[in-house]
Amino acid sequence: MIHALVDPFVDFAFMRRALVGCFALSLGAPPVGVFLVLRRLSLMGDAMSHAILPGAAIGFLVAGLSVPAMSLGGFIAGIAVVLLAGFVTRSTILREDASLAAFYLVSLALGVLIVSVKGSSIDLLHVLFGTVLALDDTALFLIAAIATLTMLTLAVIYRPLVLECFDPSFLDSVSRLSSPTHFLFLVLVVLNLVGGFQALGTLMVVGIMLLPAITARFWAQDISNMIIVAVAAAFAASFVGLLLSYYLNLPTGPAIILTSGAGYIVSMLIGVQGGLLWQLMPRKHLEA
Amino acid sequence: MTLEKRAAVSFHNLTLGYDRHPAVHHINGEVARGDLLALVGPNGAGKSTLLKGMVGQLKPLSGSLSLDGLRRTDIAYLPQQIDIDRTFPITVFDAVAMGLWHDIGAWRGLDRSRSLAVRGALHTLGLQDLGERSVGALSGGQFQRVLFARLLLQDAAIILLDEPFRAVDTKTVEDLLRLIDRWHREGRTVVAALHDLDQVRAHFPNTLLLAREVVAWGPTRQVLTQKNLAKSRQLTEAWDEHAEVCERGEASVERISA
Repeated sequence: MIHALVDPFVDFAFMRRALVGCFALSLGAPPVGVFLVLRRLSLMGDAMSHAILPGAAIGFLVAGLSVPAMSLGGFIAGIAVVLLAGFVTRSTILREDASLAAFYLVSLALGVLIVSVKGSSIDLLHVLFGTVLALDDTALFLIAAIATLTMLTLAVIYRPLVLECFDPSFLDSVSRLSSPTHFLFLVLVVLNLVGGFQALGTLMVVGIMLLPAITARFWAQDISNMIIVAVAAAFAASFVGLLLSYYLNLPTGPAIILTSGAGYIVSMLIGVQGGLLWQLMPRKHLEA
Repeated sequence: MTLEKRAAVSFHNLTLGYDRHPAVHHINGEVARGDLLALVGPNGAGKSTLLKGMVGQLKPLSGSLSLDGLRRTDIAYLPQQIDIDRTFPITVFDAVAMGLWHDIGAWRGLDRSRSLAVRGALHTLGLQDLGERSVGALSGGQFQRVLFARLLLQDAAIILLDEPFRAVDTKTVEDLLRLIDRWHREGRTVVAALHDLDQVRAHFPNTLLLAREVVAWGPTRQVLTQKNLAKSRQLTEAWDEHAEVCERGEASVERISA
């Protein structure tokens, strides 16, 4: 049994690299996802993942399948969409979700156009679905650097970020940190999406950000515990997903995300914070 | 108003509003330091607008407002429309502890004395047993107590309350009024927008009766007369999309000397 769990990683370097990459991703992305979920911005993660596509595509056109070029392109495109959407939200009647939707849809179409005109459909598949079993050193360092930066930044902006989610007008009344906090947080969202898309692709990377975070809501009552549970859930999904893909010969990205999805469904049923099965078994209420 | 005391807030022909339409206009006067002032007027009289102007959330359309020697951060403000996410996973203790922001900011930790201060605030509001509950599990009245506990920790020189007793039972109102009395005794300036005139007569020495402009301002008994109240109802008109440009220099206001 132990052998079945460990051997693929002992025998094959590409499996070890994939595991390290996914673990690093699991340290940064799920905590960011927790805040997205709590700010009811879950779908923004999805929108942003589409927004980085044209940048990655341009990077690909300029430098081929080069990790730094595609990442830099994706990062620039993501930040551009965030800034433009923020600008439109502040200066017109559109709310943030609508202006973001407008920009990401344009961005996505542009990305698909660039890749289809200039590249082959194989390339498009790489960008959309990632290549977790072919992570080179550059990609691993990039993912690890982003995970480190994410955790440090979250530690620095943690309190204002929590307050911005819980009671934004109070934060506004006691400090000027509201806008910088919001912006830094959006930068983290973009960074983690960029970091993850080498491994899981622009579409799947949102999964490792959000599914563990949503799962954690069923287990923790307090935000710091939620972050711990989310990271643990992402670790478990990465490990199990890689093994499934190895033994059943499945594409790796979807295997990891589906494992995470299975974790979500189980948690939804048996999670201690409002899981469905607990609601079906009414227990006698307490004295107070 | 003739005042020997220094003012906490002074209005100089202040007009506040939205999209050029004034919600309150040509306000002149001073809120004395240590005053316990009720802000009274019909719906649409501009009470919330005036409070928003005082915290700086709304820029004056004309005129100005000064906080004499005080900073914006010396003001604690409890808005009427609260956009607090009550499903957010945070404990009552942590939510109340945010009131210490002026002291701990974004990075300093809660040491022993600060934790004790939070416990003390919870105790004052009768929340001592609920510290570890999450805010989502609280009733409306309990949640209002949480907000007051946070205000208490903010330790502000000026406290602005916008209809703090809505949808709160009598017992809670009594407890909160006791806290407001305590703030008054401690020399803080408290301004509260209220609707219950009996409450105002019983607890607030001074009243500002507002109806898009100052109707009367002074000792509560002399302000809340039938004549003034009738006038305030007449003056609060509907929003006029095609209103003319206001040419008035200063409002004609009945001034009552304290």
